[in-house]
Amino acid sequence: MSTMIDDSRLIAEQGGIVGAWAAFRRRVSQGEIGQLPVIIGLAVIWAIFYAAQPAFLSAGNLTNLMLQIAAVGTISVGIVLILLLGEIDLSVGAVSGLCAGVMTVLNVHTGIPAPLAILGGLGAGLLIGLFQGFWITRFRIPSFVVTLAGLLAWQGALLFVLGKTGTINIQDKLIIGLANTFFEPVIGWVLGSVFVAYVVVGSVLTRRRRAAAGLAASSWTAVGLRIGVVAALVLVAVFVLNSDRGVPSAVVFLIGIIVVFDYVTKRTRFGRQIFAIGGNAEAARRAGINVSNVRVAVFALASTLAAWGGILAASRLLAVHQGAGGGDVLLNAIASAVIGGTSLFGGRGTVWAALLGALVIGSISNGMDLLSLEPSVKFMITGGVLLTAVTIDALARRGREASGR
Amino acid sequence: MAVAERTPILELRGVSKRFGAVQALTDVDFEVYAGEVVGLVGDNGAGKSTLIKAIAGIYPVDSGEFLFEGRPATIHGPNDATHLGISTVYQDLALCDNLDVVANLYLGRETAARRLGPLSVIDEVSMEKRAIDVLRGLSVKIPSVRTAIASLSGGQRQSVAVARSVMWDARIVILDEPTAALGVAQTAQVLDLIRRLRDQGLGVVVISHNLADVFEVVDRIVVLRLGRRVGSFDVHATSREQVVAAITGAEWGTVPGETSAIGGNGPKETLS
Ligand SMILES: Nc1ncnc2c1ncn2[C@@H]1O[C@H](COP(=O)(O)OP(=O)(O)OP(=O)(O)O)[C@@H](O)[C@H]1O
Ligand SMILES: [Mg+2]
Repeated sequence: MSTMIDDSRLIAEQGGIVGAWAAFRRRVSQGEIGQLPVIIGLAVIWAIFYAAQPAFLSAGNLTNLMLQIAAVGTISVGIVLILLLGEIDLSVGAVSGLCAGVMTVLNVHTGIPAPLAILGGLGAGLLIGLFQGFWITRFRIPSFVVTLAGLLAWQGALLFVLGKTGTINIQDKLIIGLANTFFEPVIGWVLGSVFVAYVVVGSVLTRRRRAAAGLAASSWTAVGLRIGVVAALVLVAVFVLNSDRGVPSAVVFLIGIIVVFDYVTKRTRFGRQIFAIGGNAEAARRAGINVSNVRVAVFALASTLAAWGGILAASRLLAVHQGAGGGDVLLNAIASAVIGGTSLFGGRGTVWAALLGALVIGSISNGMDLLSLEPSVKFMITGGVLLTAVTIDALARRGREASGR
Repeated sequence: MAVAERTPILELRGVSKRFGAVQALTDVDFEVYAGEVVGLVGDNGAGKSTLIKAIAGIYPVDSGEFLFEGRPATIHGPNDATHLGISTVYQDLALCDNLDVVANLYLGRETAARRLGPLSVIDEVSMEKRAIDVLRGLSVKIPSVRTAIASLSGGQRQSVAVARSVMWDARIVILDEPTAALGVAQTAQVLDLIRRLRDQGLGVVVISHNLADVFEVVDRIVVLRLGRRVGSFDVHATSREQVVAAITGAEWGTVPGETSAIGGNGPKETLS
């Protein structure tokens, strides 16, 4: 009788590039495709726009692109969490507008200092999320309906908060600085190095701990490869941003939020509970997980992230107006999460999807503007990309099921 | 086997349970010894699931006593059963397809490397080590403990569900139709696993409609019919026909062999 350890199929990873490639192929064939399609898609999109208009890949335009996606990317992080849970939140756009409105009114009309006004805006988001989460879990109403009601109600609340003037301009330096600060090149390099160091320490420690425990550990080649790719990407990104105005604060916030939530979802019990509920809520319940509490917490996080996204958008525009958080904010946030590879069926995806998806949508929009194409074309192409992403998700799901039973 | 002289790990005496107009269990006795596999058989609606749900703390019983290792015990909810070391693997397994084997084995009980309430950091390394040990101890064969449940076969899933139920100091494992959806090879794998649990000294209760499986793996068969226990058979001294007769309620007299075995809950019953 062969025990587990001498089962040849157990050798999950052989050393070197051959082993890494074999493991990769196995994952793809099982439908664990992760971020691969979106990365390829992004490369194709960038290549096309570069061919049509080389200025697309200029430092100035890439910096603009990052500024354009920061708010939606932030909101999309919350959507990823919600989708992992197997739910949906249609109110995030309206919440982002309302909370930006709350912050601005507090600061401009009531004269409350900017830091407190910002906290007020975030607090409003937190309360809205708790309220919606409570309503969904307490009365067992689908999140789709509750947050649809929220979408309408919070839009109305924004109009109410803004009052007759309709638009409020922001003058406060701190609030304006949130999205309009560019760091000195040195600081950009320091931030980039901190990120790379985080990745290096994380992968080396994991590798060492697993090897010490006698578990299958990735080869040093694979670890080195991963670190090399990350370092190269960061290097290029910082270099490009530095050769224009510098690394924008909005980018630092976005990456910071993603790193934090990536850690929370992948490494903590709370994150594990989110995935478990998205995968099989009944199994999670029987395993003793308080499903309702986790759901409420995630809705609260999503609304708070939406509030932060709205505040960033207001800072960038230097104003809050009646249409804040409306238009395509919600749709872009959801589309970003899905295009980035988060499954609509719950329990699959990563927080990085928010950034990748926002980059895809932002690039299409930015590139089309650069080529002065009609908005009609822009919408249709974005729709096509979204449909492709969802189809890939559905096909991958089929692949998983086929390889399963 | 000379189990009769020992104290059962779990003993039920005179358990009755009524659902509205349906008397699902009438004065049922049941016992599980350490290191034995009990087959619980009976026709549809005989009360098998109700009995194990009573044991698992899902349904409160109307009357009857529970004895755990000879001492009276109360089971008011699933947590009471868990604390006594009774784990149940329901037919739908309750695994998360999207999570890997380690995550499923530890679902809701992750080991914390750093304790920070819900934000406790999961200690993947020690969990994976223990998961490998447990699965190896049960000779469960899966490609890797890091494969997602979605890409395991039915038998492998069943094995993971069983492994999860024994990971936490279980004394008794109850399996509701563990082989119902499985092919030949996978059934063999699960039956193998059941034998291994027995060899580790656990008491195992298996519900099954498949008498071939039952005869292959169990030591003792308890038959329920219309909510009553109609017999307990030593599997080595009983023919399949006798068990079928007990299940269906055919004429006792015409069945060759130990008619004394089919004497309801009375004292004539043999406890092998
Ligand atoms: N929750 C319930 N409410 C009402 N009646 C119930 C309930 N659960 C079981 N019963 C009834 O109790 C009787 C025994 O059911 P039980 O599910 O225990 O049978 P079983 O032996 O497991 O059958 P099967 O082999 O079909 O699974 C049946 O008549 C059933 O209709
Ligand atoms: Mg049943």
